[in-house]
Amino acid sequence: MKKILIFLFLFSLSNNYVHAIEPDVFVQSTVNRASQILSKNMTKEEKITELKSIANETVDIVGVGFYSLGQARKNLDENQKKQYLKLFKNYFLKSFSSRLAEYTNPEIDVIGKEKINENYTIVNSVLAATSNRPEVKIDWRIYTKNPGNPLIRDLIIEGLSLARTQKEEFSSILNSNNGDIKVLFKTLEKFSNS
Amino acid sequence: MKKLILITISIFLLAFSANAGSNGELVLEKKKQEEIKDCFEKLNRATFSFNQGLDKAVIKPVAKSYRKLPAPIQRGTSNAIRNLSSLITIPNNILQGDIKTAFINTARLAVNTTVGLLGTIDMANKMGFPKYVKEDYGQTLGVWGFGPGCYLVLPVLGPSTIRDTAGSFVNVFGGDPWYNASVHGNNEFLSEKIYLTSKALSGMDFRADNIESLDNLEKNSLDFYASIKSLYTQDRQNKIKNNQRGNIEVLYKNEEDWEEIDSQ
Repeated sequence: MKKILIFLFLFSLSNNYVHAIEPDVFVQSTVNRASQILSKNMTKEEKITELKSIANETVDIVGVGFYSLGQARKNLDENQKKQYLKLFKNYFLKSFSSRLAEYTNPEIDVIGKEKINENYTIVNSVLAATSNRPEVKIDWRIYTKNPGNPLIRDLIIEGLSLARTQKEEFSSILNSNNGDIKVLFKTLEKFSNS
Repeated sequence: MKKLILITISIFLLAFSANAGSNGELVLEKKKQEEIKDCFEKLNRATFSFNQGLDKAVIKPVAKSYRKLPAPIQRGTSNAIRNLSSLITIPNNILQGDIKTAFINTARLAVNTTVGLLGTIDMANKMGFPKYVKEDYGQTLGVWGFGPGCYLVLPVLGPSTIRDTAGSFVNVFGGDPWYNASVHGNNEFLSEKIYLTSKALSGMDFRADNIESLDNLEKNSLDFYASIKSLYTQDRQNKIKNNQRGNIEVLYKNEEDWEEIDSQ
């Protein structure tokens, strides 16, 4: 019995060691995958489909979804939460991948990282300049609660947070409609189906 | 008379900005984290729609044509506009107590205006000067502790706040040497038309640089007005804190909302 426990303990240790992924390596590998797709000779729709698949694997869509909802998330019942997360996922994947699909062959280099706490590391990267635009600084807020499965929670482009922008956008929709969550649901649905 | 009206409007705006930026108890309270209220949302949204119409009909097509000009002409124009902006940046460096940067920017202005052929060539950059960062009177007011006040959308000029609009008025009170020389200089080379042309070119240069990114944002926004407001607010906060990678305190250290989600 003792031997089995020791084995299990050592196995769990080695398992953690093998699967722990450094946030900067994770970001570089994710952008490399995205760059490969963007430089491929395929239609924009095909690119969007593949980018959605990458975003689905690498972004904490549930976390970003609840963050975007702000304090309104506290007023949702379980059914509404489920409905919201389903609508948000469709909206987010479409919006995120459509934005990325506008870039062709982007060259992103990770240049540093800063561990904020056990849950978060900020990874610094640079999108190389082209003849049409200057260099762009992109920071990635990486959620590292599970070191074996880091996830993206925010992109901060030249100091502008996408998550915060989305949160303020949702807040504006709710404020303009007396906090009616159904209006936000309809807006998300309309966007995803357009 | 015109000047008196402008001074009165600015004082009113600043007083309003200080109150709107505070909780009403302290007039000049320093804010740790800026929250911009949209006190005039209906009017702002109407102005935003008007600006969008103007942009689609006139500004964007002109910006697209501008982008077709040979690259050296665009680069030269962009450099000259940036060089002129240092006339506003330098006094603001001083007002913010950043004397060292004021000296560097003065040297940059001298080099670029002379060797750099009226600023069309950024010689200072080639000579290894530190990266140029624009400053304006709105930022200085922010550094001094004035809250942003309510959010404003100005016709043609776009997003602003009461504080930043008040800051812009300082330019025409003598805060912008380029304005003073052009409009009140009484010389045969400069005129109000030249000043207005330089401002229009500055706007056009910005619009031409952002054609794709604004199209992309509009296409993928649920509420384009709210997106622009959020981005403007974040950008101004970063500029006031002089943080080019984003305001670390706000973006990275303020974990409350994210932590709450983790505990759910």
